[in-house]
Order: sequence, then C-alpha cells, then structure tokens
Amino acid sequence: MAAISREEVAHLARLSRLAVTEEELDRFAGQLDVILQSVARVGEVAADDIPPTSHSVPLTNVYRDDVPVPCLTQEEALSGAPDAYEGRFRVPRILDEED
Amino acid sequence: MSDLTKMSAAQLARVIADKQASAVEVAQAHLDRIDAVDERVHAFLHVDREGALAAAARVDAGEVSGPLAGVPVAVKDVIATKGVPTTAASKILEGWRPPYDATLVERLRAAGTVMLGKTNMDEFAMGSSTEYSAYGATNNPWDLGRIPGGSGGGSAAAIAAFEAPLAIGTDTGGSIRQPGAVTGTVGAKPTYGGTSRYGLIAFSSSLDTPGPCARNVEDAALLHAAIAGHDPRDSTSIPQPVPDVVGAARLGATGDLSGVKLGVVKEFAGDGSEPGVLSAFHESLEALVKLGAEIVEVSCPHFQYALPAYYLIAPSEASSNLARFDGVRYGLRVGDDGNRSLEEVMSLTREAGFGPEVKRRIILGTYALSSGYYDAYYGQAQKVRTLITRDFESAFERVDVLVSPTTPFVAFPFGSRTSDPYQMYLADLFTIPTNLYGGPAISVPCGLSEGLPVGFQVMAPTLADDRMYRVAAALESAVGTLTPPAL
Repeated sequence: MAAISREEVAHLARLSRLAVTEEELDRFAGQLDVILQSVARVGEVAADDIPPTSHSVPLTNVYRDDVPVPCLTQEEALSGAPDAYEGRFRVPRILDEED
Repeated sequence: MSDLTKMSAAQLARVIADKQASAVEVAQAHLDRIDAVDERVHAFLHVDREGALAAAARVDAGEVSGPLAGVPVAVKDVIATKGVPTTAASKILEGWRPPYDATLVERLRAAGTVMLGKTNMDEFAMGSSTEYSAYGATNNPWDLGRIPGGSGGGSAAAIAAFEAPLAIGTDTGGSIRQPGAVTGTVGAKPTYGGTSRYGLIAFSSSLDTPGPCARNVEDAALLHAAIAGHDPRDSTSIPQPVPDVVGAARLGATGDLSGVKLGVVKEFAGDGSEPGVLSAFHESLEALVKLGAEIVEVSCPHFQYALPAYYLIAPSEASSNLARFDGVRYGLRVGDDGNRSLEEVMSLTREAGFGPEVKRRIILGTYALSSGYYDAYYGQAQKVRTLITRDFESAFERVDVLVSPTTPFVAFPFGSRTSDPYQMYLADLFTIPTNLYGGPAISVPCGLSEGLPVGFQVMAPTLADDRMYRVAAALESAVGTLTPPAL
C-alpha cells in the first residue's frame, strides 16, 4: 500500500503554498512514497522512554544585555523587496473586497 | 597555470608577508585561472573581481595582517555577502544582494582574506551532486562528466581546480565532507555551534554548520581558526574557546599517532560501499597503524537509523525555514497582477522559484510535522537522534575518534541518481550521524579508486575539533595530497 496518496500530496502542497502542476503531483507522489517508506524505519526503534533531541548545544534561554546596537536602515531593509511603498513592504490584497 | 595558484594558503600568506608577491598579484592570478577554466568547471555563480582586487590592495597597503592576509577564498552562495549577489543557487533569490555580511564573512574580511566570489551548490544546500542548482551543475575537475559532490560542489571544485586555495562550505548532512571526498580535497565540519550561522540562509537550523574547504589539512585548520568562535548573534553559538586546530594539524603532520585509538564502526562495514572505496579505507587504516595508532572495533547500533531520522528532521526544519520565501521581503514575486490575492501570489512565486528537490523536501517536512503524523515521524526521529548521540558518547568512552569512508561511492556520472531521490540520499550515509550528534568531522583524501578520489572521514567528540585535525594531518603525511589531471 502506498504510504502517501496523490490527494495527500496535493493537500500538503496547498498547505506549503506551492502551486504545483498536475505533472509534478504525479511525479512527487511516487517519489515521496519511496522516501516515506524508507524513513518510516525510524518506527522500528523502541524509543518510548527516550527524550527527544531538538539540537545538540546544551544551551537554553540565551540572553544578552539590552543594549541598543546599530541595525539596518529602513532603506537597506527594503532594498531587496519586490515592491515597496512609502517605506513599507507592499503586498497584494489580503482581504476579500466584501471584508 | 601560475605558480601562485598552485601554492597552499599557508605558503601564499608567507609569500605575501615577505613581499615576494603582492596580494593583488595573488588575487589576479586566481582571477585569471577562473577565467581560464571556470567555463568548463562552473564552480562559481558570481565572481567579484573588483571586490577581490580592492581587498587585496588593502592588504598590500598594510591595512590588515594575519596568518591568512591576502589569501583568496571562495564562499558558498548560501552565505550572505553585503552587496554581492547571494542566491543559494535558487531562482527565488536571483539578483538578491544582501544588505549585510554573515558573521563569518566579517571575520574573513577582518583576517584580510580576499573573497573571489560565490560558489555553486545544490539549491538551498539540498543535494549531493550540485545537479539541483538552478543555474546548472558544477563539473568535477577529475572528470568533467561526473558530479563534484554536494551540496557544496562548487567550493570543493574551485579548490581542486586551483581557482582558489580556500573555500567556505556548509555541512548539514555532509555538504562539506562528501564534496571534499569526491574531489580529492579536505573538508571539515566543525562542532555544531562552533562556527556562527548568522547570515547563513537556513536550511535545517539544528544541523547547519559552516566550515572550511582546502587542499591540505593545515590550510583547512587555518581557515577554521579564522571563522570559528562565539557569536552573540547566533543563539546556538557555543560560548567557549576554539580548540587549537592549527597546532593539532601541525602536530599530526609529524606523523606520530602513538597512543591514539581509532574506532571503526562495525555497522558501517561494507554497507553499500564500493570495493575500491573499502580498499582505500583499509589501506589508510594500515598506514595509521604504522604511525602508532590502535584500531578498535566499536558498535553504534542506531547509526543505521541516522539516514531515515535525518530525512525527517532536515525536511521538517526546511519546510519551516523556507516559509520566509513568500515574495514579500526579498527575491522573486510572480503573478501580482492587481487581482490575485496574497496567498495566490505566494503560491505562484514559490512554485516558480523553487526547484523540484526543494519542493519535495518542503512537502515531506510539512507531512512529517502535520498533526496525526508528528509523533510517528518528527517526534520519533528526534528520539532516534538522542540514541545516535548516546552511541557516539559511549564509543568515545573507548576511542579518541571514529573513522570511516566519507561516502560509499566515488564521484558518479551526471544523471545517474536524479530519477530516484533516495539513491542520491545514500551519498550521505556515513556523514549524517555526525550532524545529528553535533560533533566535528573531517574528510581527507586517502587514495584513488579507478582513478577517482576516495575520502577518509575522522569523527571526533563535540568540541574536540583538534583531535580530528591531528589524525587527518597524520594520514595526509602518510598518503600525501591528491592533484587532478590538468584541465
């Protein structure tokens, strides 16, 4: 049985904001099925009582003194933006017109 | 080819300090070499001629000095360089010029190194061959029809082809070491947190580690020392002194490994490795024994689950990290015709801007993190990561370092592993456990198999980066460095 269906891949692509093509869906579904069947091997390990590792550095809550330091100017921060307006990032419509 | 391009970084620094050659001459010699061969190698995505010559002129004017002053370096294109194009080999960042430098780039500038340009890679550092670069693959200087490894194939190929004596890579699952192995060069992944990630375009934040690429171990150590050390701008940066990696490399080069215990991982034996890779590895072990080292077989029973755990953890983190490419703050925007919604524009932008491997990993990561699958996939992989770490820790109670081939196979022909992504993933079988553990590891050339380079990997305990340099330099003193056929 396939680990992942074409419909699931389409749903995940939507969640990921990827407007994938029909041809990509066909291809990715098969490839992701092979990958998922391989990575599912982690389930063979008896690890119920094992704590998870999120990263290897034994540091938590790293703070610094609250001292102002120089940062990017507004102009620098906007320098790579596809579209800017009056010192801000301009984005396409977020709300429907009736909202 | 100019004699200046054949020199090591250490030699170049001496020649420049002694005024036998100017830094500008050294930079120009490398720029000329790039002009002569890079059309065939395609190691660079961008060459910064003006910036390089200006940096070299500052060294000649005596404005900067130090052990690497005037030495050229190539930087992987996943690292932010102020005003110099930075794309991560993706169409989604085509033309982007960062408004700031990564910490390691600041340190390279302060050390007086001369940045030649930005090197090719698999898009967002996802791959083992550079075939996933949106700007075309890099060709291996040993055989232009074969892959240079990945993701940092451009950095490794640039130094193998004498276009640069030093390069910076990043290693998330082997992206410094595997390209080093298949191009006959040295590549080192420092301890995670030993080198700053600030200004590195994030792929998998708990694994990404910048590090040095060079043609010999001492040069790698010199570059390592130049970029390592605590950075308050990276919250996972380790606030401790950097081990003396240069001293360790010089000690190792004396060829004495008396009393050093090398652990050979039982579970790696013959695991899918080509016979030529295994024989070069075993001959290297014999050479190390002659230098006084002792070989101990150790068992790391969970290493067999490292690859599956990695391909859950890394794509999960990537799916989150790459959400920032939304067509708002930088890079590409597609389909903004005044009628489409933000969400539609985002989806069209990401569809047009990302290549197939990046999309596969975003989808895979989104799956592994979704409710209902989280515990079985991402959560379980994090527990397996703990067990792999414990395997390392118990092995290091018995031995000083672990050793293995760097990658199971030599450089493969283009196209031979792209149709089945999982076949590509196997290139990192031996490098991935270290990334999950967080310790340092280095690949050093150890011989040829059918005329192509084989890499020998040394893995050390966390914060014992010096140990791997000592063993790698000792092996280098016994087997020598490798030089590809003339291009």
